[in-house]
Amino acid sequence: MARHYVSCRINGDETEYLCDTSQSLLDVLRDELELTGTKEGCATGDCGACSITIDGVLVCSCLVLGAEMNGKTIETIEGMAKGEKLHPLQEKFIEHVALQCGICTPGLLIASKNLLERNPNPTEEEIRFWLAGNLCRCTGYNNIVDAVTAAAKELRGA
Amino acid sequence: MSDMRFEAPATVDAAVALLAGAKGITRILAGGTDVMVQLHADMVEPELLVDIKRIPDLHGIKKEAGGWRIGAAVSGMQMMDHKEFAKAWPGVIDGVKLIGSMQVKGRATVAGNLCNASPAADSVPSLLASGAIVSIAGPNGKREAPAAQIATAPGKTSLAKGEFITSIFIPDAPPHTGSAYLRFTPRTEMDIAVVGVAVSLTLDNAGKCTAATMSLGAVAATALMVEDAAKALVGSTVDAAALDRLAAAASAACRPIDDKRGTKEFRIKVAGVLARRVAAIALERAKGN
Ligand SMILES: Cc1cc2nc3c(=O)[nH]c(=O)nc-3n(C[C@@H](O)[C@@H](O)[C@H](O)COP(=O)(O)OP(=O)(O)OC[C@H]3O[C@@H](n4cnc5c(N)ncnc54)[C@H](O)[C@@H]3O)c2cc1C
Ligand code: FES
Ligand code: FES
Repeated sequence: MARHYVSCRINGDETEYLCDTSQSLLDVLRDELELTGTKEGCATGDCGACSITIDGVLVCSCLVLGAEMNGKTIETIEGMAKGEKLHPLQEKFIEHVALQCGICTPGLLIASKNLLERNPNPTEEEIRFWLAGNLCRCTGYNNIVDAVTAAAKELRGA
Repeated sequence: MSDMRFEAPATVDAAVALLAGAKGITRILAGGTDVMVQLHADMVEPELLVDIKRIPDLHGIKKEAGGWRIGAAVSGMQMMDHKEFAKAWPGVIDGVKLIGSMQVKGRATVAGNLCNASPAADSVPSLLASGAIVSIAGPNGKREAPAAQIATAPGKTSLAKGEFITSIFIPDAPPHTGSAYLRFTPRTEMDIAVVGVAVSLTLDNAGKCTAATMSLGAVAATALMVEDAAKALVGSTVDAAALDRLAAAASAACRPIDDKRGTKEFRIKVAGVLARRVAAIALERAKGN
């Protein structure tokens, strides 16, 4: 079986791995690199639990092949806090109780961070549209929208 | 699946050589949003996957004489972010915006949406209504074809072995042209069209319609062009009587199936309702252009 040698940058670190053709990037992150913060809900692009960014673009890692990643810059949930210091989005998710079981949370945080980088002052409607690909079976979404709104405000220094 | 090969060539010629030389099933890996789902479900076991995103020529949205050229590796999100193109062809962007989540749009290409050949593909009716022409590379050289001639049946295309789409050319919209696309789905997001309707229409300075095209999705084995759309609208001010004619033409063109998403009768009726609504949006946009 063909093994692919891949060299890329993950959360700022030069990273090398070997993977099979059929392994998704999600499988590589979780099974080869032990970056298990990125979750698998469906493996078919429907739930958003596996959200990451590649070269700054928000994607589902279950819909990407590990073999495609040579030279790419990847950000996962593991890169979000700086040491012990949580990102404002993480703090606001806790403050607003925007999670219960937590399986959707890494994907929602990555998707929310990507939204705020593109649009520092989104409306409630824009937040809901942007996060439509991130399913949460527990919270009912309102607390998530509140947390993102509050984090956006803090990040704008408002 | 265990002996599936993955290649990421840097040129169109190298991609053609790989595709033409393969013995078994091949798939292009553009955004992968259909291919990855099909691999996961074991719906297809290709011998070879060819990632076309390393080919520089396939990237970018370029203004050319007479229109816009969209590379086959351009994602839906890149199209939405291109302000000038989005202003020229809002109907195409209406369709692109409906392709899955932001995550899916970050990867999915319009060429892939066309070549996956789902009758319900949301970007396809607007491509057809815009008069889009695709550029194709293959073992016998390059050729062009109307986007309307690519899908031939669900999951089937007219592309020969070794051929793939390198770009899509969308002609300039004349002044006072408006385009729009709407679909009917039970949910507002993340759902598959039960019916989709795209309209493009052009007005003269007096507000009379001089040209009109309409394409329907999810009401036949492939997206359809409705030739009677021009007859319904041209010469009118797109008034109530003209919209009645357009709705009737849309319903008459449907050749739908019954499935869990909708019955034949429902699809035929909704095609007419949507045609009216889409034309009204296209009309407003034409006036503003
Ligand atoms: C969760 C989810 C929701 C979705 N929702 C919608 C929706 O609402 N509406 C909708 O229309 N679609 C939807 N889709 C499907 C949509 O993402 C795809 O149809 C997409 O547009 C295909 O493009 P791609 O670049 O990802 O293609 P790929 O998956 O890379 O390829 C798809 C097919 O096209 C072929 N192909 C790709 N590029 C070329 C080319 N340049 N030349 C020749 N053949 C080519 C491949 O061989 C393959 O057979 C959804 C997908 C997911 C995962
Ligand atoms: S695991 Fe990727 S979208 Fe669900
Ligand atoms: S907190 Fe449980 S799925 Fe979102």
